[in-house]
Amino acid sequence: MEPEVRRVVAATMAVNVAVGIFGISFGVASVAAGADVLQTCALSFFTFTGASQFSAMSVIGAGGTASAAFGGAAILAARNFVYGLAMSRMLHFKRPTVPKRLLAAHFIIDESTALASAESDDRLRRIAFWSTALGLFVCWNLGTLLGAMLGGVIDPQTWGLDVAFPAVFVVMLAAHLRTRRGQVAAVLGALIFLVLVPILPIGVPILASATAVLIGAWPDAERRAAT
Amino acid sequence: MTDARLWWMIAALSATAFGFKAIGFVGLGGRRLPPVVERCLALIPAALLAALVVKDTVTIGQGIVLDERIAGVAVAILATWRKLPFLVVIVAAMATTAAIRYGLAG
Repeated sequence: MEPEVRRVVAATMAVNVAVGIFGISFGVASVAAGADVLQTCALSFFTFTGASQFSAMSVIGAGGTASAAFGGAAILAARNFVYGLAMSRMLHFKRPTVPKRLLAAHFIIDESTALASAESDDRLRRIAFWSTALGLFVCWNLGTLLGAMLGGVIDPQTWGLDVAFPAVFVVMLAAHLRTRRGQVAAVLGALIFLVLVPILPIGVPILASATAVLIGAWPDAERRAAT
Repeated sequence: MTDARLWWMIAALSATAFGFKAIGFVGLGGRRLPPVVERCLALIPAALLAALVVKDTVTIGQGIVLDERIAGVAVAILATWRKLPFLVVIVAAMATTAAIRYGLAG
């Protein structure tokens, strides 16, 4: 294998393995929140977008309704739309048939977008994308299955499993706090949630916290400085 | 929650997630949204994940409950800030909460 290709594959494989461990934590937490092994695996196979899966099971574990769980998770999944748009401008298949593009769409998630967009040429981008897409899908689903089977035999409270959810969210959140705008959206989202918790049904305050994204409409400091 | 309801949720969420991915990648292929819309959409994870952290740390149902989960999440934040590996963050958080719980119960 040529060195450039080897570098890309090595980088994506490191991420894939890490995500597999992440998958174990999803499996364990999802079963602890009340899903069975098959349901947990179905989420990882068909929904295949980690943050939404964690969000849905976190709301269900708290006693929220299926629609409340769906609402927050669906809004989180909307970011995949933005990734899809970005990737459609960057990822050029040699023979872009519709079935191939639809198949590729299933694998458009945080990691594949980040790793593919980090490459500068067309071919390496395709390699990074498919290597993340397929490798991560396999690792995530195997991890989920393993975790779900483990989760069934341990008591969530004793092992502090209830803290696995917020700990995972902390890790995921960290990447979004690099900009001032991200920090403001996070603080606002948390505040909106806290204020609404006692008033609205379980899970709905999570949905409502999404209104914090409207601060994105605020013109940013850099742009103001430029004009 | 009945089993059937959970299955419906899984089906609906899977269809929605795929819909978002496919509309962005295949449907609108190559087009750009107004910058304001792209900026707002990019902030979704920041807002929702922060709310989810708060939810799983200090609430039970509709009540605010302060307990040993806070210590675990504090450890997770510290470990993330120190850029420790993912697995270390999760295990340290769980161990902290479990240890305090065990100490309080024992």
